[in-house]
Amino acid sequence: MPEITFRQAIHDAMVEEMRRDKTVFLIGEDIGTYGGAFGVSAGMLDEFGTERVWETPISEETIVDSAVGAAMVGMRPIAEIMFMDFVTLVMDPLVNQAAKARYMFGGKATVPLVVRMPNGSGAGAAAQHSQSLETLLMHIPGLKVVVPSTPYDAKGLLISSIRDPNPICFIEHKLLYKTKGNVPDGEYSIPLGVADVKRTGTDLTIVTSEIMVHKSLSAAEHLSKEGISIEIIDPRTLRPLDVDTITQSVMKTGRLLVVHEAVKTAGWAGEIMASVSESPAWDYLDAPMRRLTGKDIPIPYNKFLERAAVPQEEDIIREVQAILNNEY
Amino acid sequence: MGTRKIKEEFENEKTIDIQKKAKELGLSNDQLVEMYQTMVEIRHFEEMATQLYALGKVHGTMHLSIGQEAVAVGTGLTLQSNDYLINHHRGHGHFIASGADVNKMMAEFLGKDTGFCHGHGGSMHIADVSANNLGAQGIVGAQMGIAVGVGIAIKIKKTDQVALVIFGDGAANRGIFQESLNMSSIWDLPVVYLCENNHYAMSVEVERVSGKVPFKDRAKALGVPGYFIDGNDALAVYEFMKNAFDHARAGLGPVFVEVETYRILGHSKSDRNLYRSKEEIDEWKQKGPIRRFEKLLLEGNIITENQVIEIDKKMAKVIEDAVEFAENSPEPKIEDVTEFVYA
Repeated sequence: MPEITFRQAIHDAMVEEMRRDKTVFLIGEDIGTYGGAFGVSAGMLDEFGTERVWETPISEETIVDSAVGAAMVGMRPIAEIMFMDFVTLVMDPLVNQAAKARYMFGGKATVPLVVRMPNGSGAGAAAQHSQSLETLLMHIPGLKVVVPSTPYDAKGLLISSIRDPNPICFIEHKLLYKTKGNVPDGEYSIPLGVADVKRTGTDLTIVTSEIMVHKSLSAAEHLSKEGISIEIIDPRTLRPLDVDTITQSVMKTGRLLVVHEAVKTAGWAGEIMASVSESPAWDYLDAPMRRLTGKDIPIPYNKFLERAAVPQEEDIIREVQAILNNEY
Repeated sequence: MGTRKIKEEFENEKTIDIQKKAKELGLSNDQLVEMYQTMVEIRHFEEMATQLYALGKVHGTMHLSIGQEAVAVGTGLTLQSNDYLINHHRGHGHFIASGADVNKMMAEFLGKDTGFCHGHGGSMHIADVSANNLGAQGIVGAQMGIAVGVGIAIKIKKTDQVALVIFGDGAANRGIFQESLNMSSIWDLPVVYLCENNHYAMSVEVERVSGKVPFKDRAKALGVPGYFIDGNDALAVYEFMKNAFDHARAGLGPVFVEVETYRILGHSKSDRNLYRSKEEIDEWKQKGPIRRFEKLLLEGNIITENQVIEIDKKMAKVIEDAVEFAENSPEPKIEDVTEFVYA
């Protein structure tokens, strides 16, 4: 299996689907010659032309609203929102249009669209270009929320997202674009709603996504030297959420830590913990469930402050140790 | 006339030779009568809606277009069956004029399972997607963004369809107006923008909140041909809309048509008309589109007084039958409440 970057995996998924299905097209800002703000659509204008690559003015609301319209009449648009922070500008198209068209029209509308959006801190982009707002989207019935962590997952999940008949928010952590991983040559897809066990272990379950999967894997490696065995569950999609895989893991390990970069209050860690508390896994817990999240602040600019705003590997190590030492 | 509740007395209109005008527009006498009949049908539907509401049979609210029927019929006649309609929340008239089944509309209005949306949408969200009727929009102005996407799809598929998007003067003050018209303009999308200026965005008169009226001038500023016409003149609406559709269908890009009309009733059921005078409303009733068109047809010997009465009775019966259909229809099943969230 060749090793490619996360960026390349997303690019390849879009190119392959556009070659396969003439109804798939791109729409967004600077996606043409520039190749998208993060270079994901580089070269696609050359291959597919302006009829399949619609480079827009700075008009986020209409980018996504138009994707809804095109999807309702048989197309499969992939819209790019340059930074996830700008999702606030497209909440009407996502929440009131894409998510509801099928329901309020009595099951007769189908809205197969993907909105790609880079999230996350770590690039010094400060408060308006660094947020992780996935919980806002996860709250909406009718939407699906995809949060890949590896090139393999990104490609397989994006292919499924493009083929899915529902509106999908596909979130790409911007620090992952340059990371590499093995991706098979042939066509494959990964079903939405199936979590992946990124590391097996017996002492504690970490549920985490995107870049925090990698920080958690590093932390787990470190902890293994202390004889601590961590299991890492990557839900891969937050809606639908594979609760079963999470609860089964917790029933095995008896301990749960949820790690995410999004801020704590009303973050999705709470949803995971509530789901576990409602499940048979509750009776298997040997320690209180814990969450390690971004602080309840906007993302600051200074690199030391920015680093302090979200969980780091050492924070994860410390939190795991605290749980296992019965400090809570 | 007839059984309609809201009387329109239209006087002093300059007489036009309707036979000559119809010939110019390529309309047959039968089409003229059909336009008139559809206006009467819309009026009966909406008057019935107010009656049903008064009888406590309507669960939600409604937004009525009484006084705006000429816009609906003049436009509906220009739509071809494979064109797309993206409608606003005050959309009963446009649906009826585009050929929607009034039984299913009335059933949806009463929230029944036989309604267009199985009772999931109600008056404000009537849609018939399989018939290219992409629904009425409850978020004022959002339909303008949706229309851009439909225009893109038409361009990619290389068909000769047109996307018709209808919105009011209120929506013309939303940011998406600029985004949508601009994008349709730069890409020459086959989108016809129909701005139904009925003078009020809920309670606020259009001049007080609009830096530039008529809105057609804003369209022109974005490179979109813009027109402002008398929206209570069914033939004028038809003429301009037909030209707009021909332009868009020929691949020449979007067109913006602003029609001036007047919302005779309140915004919705909670409206007590505190913001306008009875005299103003009465003045516009005098200019009402149905009586005005009727007068033209009578003077042009296209219909007789007897036909007028017959049409009125016939359309009243169509709407009474729709109510009967709706009232005899089942409620949606409670267990279906979670249906239709995902495909």
